[in-house]
Amino acid sequence: MSVVTVQLGQCGNQVGQELFDVISSDAQDGQRKTYSSVSRERFFRQTSQGDFEARAVLVDMEPKVINHSMNRAAKSGRWRYAEASHFSQKQGSGNNWANGFRVLGPRHRDAVEELVRREVEHCDVLAGFIPMMSVAGGTGSGVGTFVTQCLRDVYPSSFVLNHLTWPYGTGEVIVQNYNSVLTLAHLYQLSDALLVHENDAVHRICSQQLNLKQISFGDLNRVIAHQLAGVLQPALTPDSCGAYSGNPLGELVSALACHPEYKLLSACSIPQMASASIAFSTFSWPALLKHLRQMLIANTKMEEGIDWQVRPPPASAGRTSSLTAGGFNASLANLLILRGKDVYSAETGGFEDPAIYTSWLPPAEALSLWKSPVPFDKYEKSATLVSNSQALLRPLDDMVRKAWNMFASRAYIHQYVKFGISEEDFLDSFTSLEQVISSYAQLQC
Amino acid sequence: MTQSVVVQVGQCGNQVGCRFWDLALREHAHVNKRGLYDEALSSFFRNAVLIDMEEGVVNGILQGPLREVFDSTQLLTDVSGSGNNWAVGHLTYGSAYREAIVNKLRKAAEHCDCLQCFFLIHSMGGGTGSGLGTRVLSLLEEEFPDVCRIVTAMYPSAEDDVITSPYNSVLAMRELTEHADCVLPVENQSLVDIVNKISVMSHGAKPGSVLRKDSTVTSGQGSLSPTEKPFDAMNNIVANLLLNITSSARFEGSLNMDLNEIAMNLVPFPRLHYLVPSLTPLYTLADVNIPTRRLDQMFSDAFSKDHQLIRADPKRSLYLACALMVRGNVQVSDLRRNIERLRPSLPFVSWNQEGWKTGLCSVPPVGHSHSLLALANNTCVKPTFMELRDRFTKLYRKKAHLHHYLDVDGMEQSIFSESLSSLSELIDEYHQLDATKARLIPDAPRLSIAR
Repeated sequence: MSVVTVQLGQCGNQVGQELFDVISSDAQDGQRKTYSSVSRERFFRQTSQGDFEARAVLVDMEPKVINHSMNRAAKSGRWRYAEASHFSQKQGSGNNWANGFRVLGPRHRDAVEELVRREVEHCDVLAGFIPMMSVAGGTGSGVGTFVTQCLRDVYPSSFVLNHLTWPYGTGEVIVQNYNSVLTLAHLYQLSDALLVHENDAVHRICSQQLNLKQISFGDLNRVIAHQLAGVLQPALTPDSCGAYSGNPLGELVSALACHPEYKLLSACSIPQMASASIAFSTFSWPALLKHLRQMLIANTKMEEGIDWQVRPPPASAGRTSSLTAGGFNASLANLLILRGKDVYSAETGGFEDPAIYTSWLPPAEALSLWKSPVPFDKYEKSATLVSNSQALLRPLDDMVRKAWNMFASRAYIHQYVKFGISEEDFLDSFTSLEQVISSYAQLQC
Repeated sequence: MTQSVVVQVGQCGNQVGCRFWDLALREHAHVNKRGLYDEALSSFFRNAVLIDMEEGVVNGILQGPLREVFDSTQLLTDVSGSGNNWAVGHLTYGSAYREAIVNKLRKAAEHCDCLQCFFLIHSMGGGTGSGLGTRVLSLLEEEFPDVCRIVTAMYPSAEDDVITSPYNSVLAMRELTEHADCVLPVENQSLVDIVNKISVMSHGAKPGSVLRKDSTVTSGQGSLSPTEKPFDAMNNIVANLLLNITSSARFEGSLNMDLNEIAMNLVPFPRLHYLVPSLTPLYTLADVNIPTRRLDQMFSDAFSKDHQLIRADPKRSLYLACALMVRGNVQVSDLRRNIERLRPSLPFVSWNQEGWKTGLCSVPPVGHSHSLLALANNTCVKPTFMELRDRFTKLYRKKAHLHHYLDVDGMEQSIFSESLSSLSELIDEYHQLDATKARLIPDAPRLSIAR
């Protein structure tokens, strides 16, 4: 089953290129033929000359990034983007969500839908869509939301999993909080699930875990790509009856996002190290899983500096619905993906502990386990955890708080009104997100 | 690839404009040598309109090395000048040449595949730049309402030798407030100070350090014009400003910053669109391996009052928004580190505490390994505008020279009083924001959701 990725805006196109790169090199290294062929079928199609072309549609309102990504892909020698899979204009969206959503998206709807349609036709069986975008700018966020809406309209029974990159809290774009609020509120209605990476968290991984001195966007993107690939590469699931799952997006969504109010997913993986160190390290499943579990409940994305003091509150501790509550991160559902040597003997009981989950789902349903005996991206053993938990609650709340403060003074609103987004639209979006925040805050009850 | 049309009006506007084209061509020739991106070269620079009501400057251009770049269809000249009279520029010439100007603008726009922005360059103190320049601004708004209008306006210093410069400036200000999307104010005195500083550095530099002579800021050396005119150094700085602002549109980078993004992010309220520019570094030493400390110094300098292009100290006033456009081999971690480091000392308005717009362009300017352009929407423009208002009122109270203006067909006294009100209102708006500076503003109460 094949996945069609739609790369939107600068971030979407930069991260997307790194993602395909990791996947392609992982598929190449893998000594297992079935794994490689499933991976390739999922993400690439083969031309008559035997070249691998990504099942991707690249969309941007200006051409420089797409050109750059296509060139980089071609340089890898292992894969490339198809010549006619991209759509760009001459001029960007100006960091204006309203411009992206109300003007540019509709204007170029036909062209983009056509590209998607062609890509879908190349799939024997369509597993679903992964739109990739940032929420801070204008194209990824505005045009990306519009394109997601189109995917929903044209392919109502397909799965749509949006990959979102959230900007640094201290600002890359001044109106980023407005753009983010508008995007998230709309996507919540359109998407099956939203898998989020935050630049701040990924940056910490690069500096404290990987010890990079100078960190570039390329470094951030490679970490994101590694984690995403860890989720999307073939795995054996409970439903797949001994073969690699043919419905990865569907199974992910049903494992994690079955309630319409809870769609925010985050990922973390272990181990994460500079590639030079990998050869010198040995890993044991008990150690890896113990750390990963603590990373989940202490809401940290890396092994470095884990706070072992954080514990689930005792069952007797009454109901709380605060954002902090001792730093403990309650989960609604988790998907644990184990890859590499000895996966069948890995003991995952720690993730079935009812104390780490909210009380409504029995832990047996709250935890899903996928496995693959094939080592992933050079790691002899590795685990990726996708969680539907409170991990994004604080960043989301911060985003809404800052946007609301700005809205209270009506700063920049004239820029949005100019393109057809009214104060009413803003209020609706704020209301939706306050609802989401409230829902997630309640998870500890 | 987007294009911009540069419209240079008046003596000052044309002199600065020419420095810009000269440096831009040099920049692209330099980059081209390394085989990067020749698309940028072909389309970006075709589009200029040169307007002056005297012939001297424009003729000089046509005889100089830049004659290859411009053709006569892009020029509009007259002979008698505007007599340092805004009304003559705006009303007399404005009406007489309206059609011709619109035609030339249309032609330049037609050359563009995708027109993103008009750059208007003119001084505020004279007659043509300030009067006719602002008339062109209104015409741009009428004819091309959807295209961004960025004005680089040269403000006169207090010691300006044109007596009526306060009148011209205030009359022009009103036009800028009402019709421009962004204004980059530049004060002559600041440019003089900066040039002096560079010259001190190059003569009194520390032993062992060598000032790079080929840097675009300090010299026209290696540029097309063999003779350096007196204002060249100052004009170079302004030209560099334009070069840096457009760099992301011309070259690639990991975080692009387009011109329409500048207006979007830096203008929270339509009238408050005066963005104080600062450029670093202004000179470089020849040691190529710049350790991180020097890079950090560049960021610190961008906020120091010595590097601002108007005489103001933004650190002492209130930031509404700030954009940082970095060029060269600088990564996002360097950017983040410096923002975190400098942030505590910079007062930001309560609703925009983390209001940064950042851009990273991989191609540095010629002669530097990296550079930084900061554009600040900051209330520090208020004192500049208040001084301007004071100088205006000194003359206006005594009705000095008023008849020169009122004698012009179409000019009325009400235009003076309206322009003065417009300026006062603008000052007031900045003042209101300033008043919030010391106050601790609590978070706005959030929407509460019934459960």
